[in-house]
Amino acid sequence: MASYIVKRIIRMIPQVFLISILAFIIIQLPPGDYLTEHLNRLRQSGRQQDEVEIRRWVQMYGLDRPMYEQYLKWITNIVFRLDFGYTFQWNKSVREVIASRMGYTLAIALFSAVFTWVVALPIGIFVAVKQYSIADYFFTLLGFIGLAVPGFLLAMVVMYVSYTQFGVKVGGLFSVEYQLQPWSWAKFVDLLGHIWIPIVILGINGTAGLIRTMRATMLDELRKQYVLVARAKGLSELKVLLRYPVRIAINPFISTIGWLLPWFFSGGTVVEIVLNLPTAGPALWRALMGQDMYLAGSYILISGTLVAIGSLISDILLAVVDPRVRFGSLEGQ
Amino acid sequence: MLGNSVLVEIKNLRTYFHLPEGTVRAVDGVDLTVRRGHTLGVVGESGCGKSVTALSLLRLVPSPGRIEGGEILFYRTVEEAGASSALTDVIDLAKLEPNGREMRSIRGNQISMVFQEPMSALIPVRTVGSQITEVITLHQKVSEAEAREIAADMLARVRLPKPRQALDDYPFQLSGGMRQRAVIAMALCCRPKLLIADEPTTALDVTTEAQILDLMRELQKEFGMAIMYITHNLGVIAEMAEMVAVMYLGKVVELTDVRTLFMSPLHPYTRALLKSIPQLTDAVTRGGKKPRLQTIEGMVPDPYSVLPGCTFHPRCPERIPDVCDRVEPGVSEVAPGHSVKCHLYSSP
Amino acid sequence: MSRVGSVISGARERLGWRKESAEAKEERFYRAGQWQLVWWRFRRHKLAQAAAVVLAIFYIIAAFAEFLSPHDPLYRYKQFAACPPTGIYMRDLSGRFRAPFVYQVVRTRDPETMRPIYKANAEVTAPIKLFVHGSRYRLWGLFDCDLHLFGTEDPETAPLFLLGTDSVGRDVLSRIFFGGRISLTVGLIGVAVSFVLGLILGGISGYFGGAIDEVIQRIIDVLISLPTIPLWMSLAAALPQNWPQLRIYFATTIILSILGWTGLARVVRGKLLSMREEDFVLAARLDGESEWRIITAYMLPGFASYIIVSLTGSLPGMILGETALSFLGIGLRPPTISWGVMLQDAQDIMAVAQLPWVLSPVAFVITAVLMFNFLGDGLRDAADPYAM
Ligand SMILES: Nc1ncnc2c1ncn2[C@@H]1O[C@H](COP(=O)(O)OP(=O)(O)OP(=O)(O)O)[C@@H](O)[C@H]1O
Ligand SMILES: [Mg+2]
Repeated sequence: MASYIVKRIIRMIPQVFLISILAFIIIQLPPGDYLTEHLNRLRQSGRQQDEVEIRRWVQMYGLDRPMYEQYLKWITNIVFRLDFGYTFQWNKSVREVIASRMGYTLAIALFSAVFTWVVALPIGIFVAVKQYSIADYFFTLLGFIGLAVPGFLLAMVVMYVSYTQFGVKVGGLFSVEYQLQPWSWAKFVDLLGHIWIPIVILGINGTAGLIRTMRATMLDELRKQYVLVARAKGLSELKVLLRYPVRIAINPFISTIGWLLPWFFSGGTVVEIVLNLPTAGPALWRALMGQDMYLAGSYILISGTLVAIGSLISDILLAVVDPRVRFGSLEGQ
Repeated sequence: MLGNSVLVEIKNLRTYFHLPEGTVRAVDGVDLTVRRGHTLGVVGESGCGKSVTALSLLRLVPSPGRIEGGEILFYRTVEEAGASSALTDVIDLAKLEPNGREMRSIRGNQISMVFQEPMSALIPVRTVGSQITEVITLHQKVSEAEAREIAADMLARVRLPKPRQALDDYPFQLSGGMRQRAVIAMALCCRPKLLIADEPTTALDVTTEAQILDLMRELQKEFGMAIMYITHNLGVIAEMAEMVAVMYLGKVVELTDVRTLFMSPLHPYTRALLKSIPQLTDAVTRGGKKPRLQTIEGMVPDPYSVLPGCTFHPRCPERIPDVCDRVEPGVSEVAPGHSVKCHLYSSP
Repeated sequence: MSRVGSVISGARERLGWRKESAEAKEERFYRAGQWQLVWWRFRRHKLAQAAAVVLAIFYIIAAFAEFLSPHDPLYRYKQFAACPPTGIYMRDLSGRFRAPFVYQVVRTRDPETMRPIYKANAEVTAPIKLFVHGSRYRLWGLFDCDLHLFGTEDPETAPLFLLGTDSVGRDVLSRIFFGGRISLTVGLIGVAVSFVLGLILGGISGYFGGAIDEVIQRIIDVLISLPTIPLWMSLAAALPQNWPQLRIYFATTIILSILGWTGLARVVRGKLLSMREEDFVLAARLDGESEWRIITAYMLPGFASYIIVSLTGSLPGMILGETALSFLGIGLRPPTISWGVMLQDAQDIMAVAQLPWVLSPVAFVITAVLMFNFLGDGLRDAADPYAM
């Protein structure tokens, strides 16, 4: 087990390295990016204190050095000083912008995952056991629609309906009066009143996907010999289900930790923008509108790394529940 | 006298699968008797309904399938505390709720089954031990620790090397033969009155097969249980069974003791079946020139069709025109304990 | 393809698989080529067929948008800004049935909010006509024409806006027709690019194996694990603002396919690796065929159907990707018309509450995606060699 985990962690290192290269490329990509523009403007003005300013920037990002040195400088700043660079759009360090927002993004992603599991698990089992029943067709159709409707369109429809039907403006994570207040119980309750909307909207997509996976695996497992053997033992139908096919069909749930995260980061970005949440997605958008790439690169790097960690966790959990993974023998099935 | 030695009596059992394409009459009027402590062999071509018969007995016929009629009488002994003699009561399993409490208390306890594909009979993600103790704690009032003892003991009985360690192994850590032993142990650990073995050795090599067969006979003697042994291997039947039922297309066409079956088979299908066994001596005596195996002519008709008359008549070399293709033969008892379902032997 | 078929059936014959007594139908089954089998199985999928029909209609609309749309998608009817969908009538004031017609539209203003209010003038009617002459266009840049499938004679006073107009008076339906041209083709081109990339990289990976394989696999690992939309957003935002529309369009499709090829490359690699062990490949190798020929003539046709199916699977994601990017104002921008660009108008919920019909592209996006999902599912089942 320990050696499995070590092996798995070692495999993560090149992955995160490649992500960081990709993030760096993104930062370097736009020809007319914010920093270049800014420096050009400063140079044109030709004032003395601007020269100092220019030198400070050039020094800071190693702009006079070759590319790989710039990369090294950038990555060492991040690794050792958690310095992700500067965002001109916000006039703050990237760390400041992201730190205050990534927490909400993660919270929404995690709770969406929980929502997804709690809803998809029983429905997935039920639908597989009652294959070809009305409930099966209903959820299959719902699943198709859930998969086809992206979160942000759903968010728009929800906002429209709640505004025109109930006069409620959905959006944000806090009511206006709490926005700038320090944390308090009342503020927390206010947060709960708002945060469930993005959680549900994001969760619906994942739920649709997971019900389909769950149904397929369950149907596969239900056909297996050991289910019949378990019935022949005299176990009640519920116990047969829970102790046998569900034990294996639960595996995709655990793997989902690996792919739900990128999914929520991905779909979540646009949903967050539509709902105007104080999360990382809208910050990314605003930065990108001004081709302010440091924030974008950092976002890719951070979310990519989080995803890598997520899939590490789900692989470890998978090894815990599935001995075949642990013993490195999957040929049995 | 006889009534007391009978354990299971199946009368005119019919199990059909209602599919969109039509109705499959998988079991269509089967009569069988299993006697206490004896072995009944069931033979027949693939698809003739052997497994479905066994599953019907346990009320485990999968979904589009249903028992349409007939009786499955189970002569249960109720051991009364204090009383010296055991009482017998009869229940019709075909009338029970398939997943009801009563049926479940019989399954795995008084009647247990070893299935066709031993390799996938155990779920790979749980230890062998947990899958065995589960059935013990379900049917017996014992603690988890005691159940482990029983399980380890039973694994030792089926001669699994290092039984205690095997309890904590996962199925994929055992070899095929070991797995099959574990599955047999699992079926035996509640000391059933009847063990249904559905081709338990097809996936194993010949040596292991022989060992497992020996083992089952030994345990049968020890526990005094009856075995219903399903196979299409007549060699195994000769070795294991006392009585043999030959099935064709959902019906028992001949029922007799094993000696008579091999010495003087009556039904044309049985005779054809016996001719299709490769004989070692043939190949040797003919000096290496391999004889052609006899096959039964024609194909098994498609399962949806309902044939008039005897279901074997299209392939039967001895069919009587205008009789066999029109009138279904009745069962005739040609000798005590030997019955045939064929017009050739029906008394006029 | 027929080669593989004959090699396989040859193998069957040698192994004596083909029963002498096999019926003609079974015979036909074994003889049928791969594509025919796929087609037979696909025909059993009613939902997927219906989806194929709907999608065909969508693409026909996109192809003939100029002719099918009643208005010029860029023309602003200043007097009809934010006009709700036009009512179509069959019975006039005197209660007589007539061919479908619309009433003249008059604009007034709400005295308080100053918002325009549109009223029908029951005095003047205009019939809806087929093949009316309207705005001029060049169909596919080839034919000068002013014929439209349907519309009214005088759109300036009695217009036909089936889905209303947007806040500056452009006909929403016509814009949806034209928008489909971008939104529905972005996916196709993206898939084509993915196809080439996936085939080449997957082929290299599966063929050479070793270190190259390892590197490509790790890159795929990384790309798969990245959150798609933020990556697309970042890449699209890096496109120079001053590029012409067409170049932005192509750049966007390439960005969308940057992740699409990974799945295909995995499939191609896996299939190449497993097929190397197959008997007919061994047979071909023993016959002295070159490695390249074995791949192109024996192995590729064996899973071409599978490739195409796995590609349909990535189409909906690309359509949604384009919609999301354009909606956010990254990538495609006005005056380019796409469904996502149209939805930019719907960003402000207060505005949407006033003219909800600007949300109608949502229905088209979802329908298209749903239909592609159905089609993909049907194709997947049909192409699965292990089905039946
Ligand atoms: N789940 C099912 N659904 C539909 N038909 C079934 C099902 N199970 C069995 N059958 C049909 O019932 C008939 C008898 O099957 P059964 O499994 O009892 O055969 P068998 O004698 O055990 O054959 P084998 O020696 O191959 O195990 C077959 O025609 C089969 O097609
Ligand atoms: Mg069977």
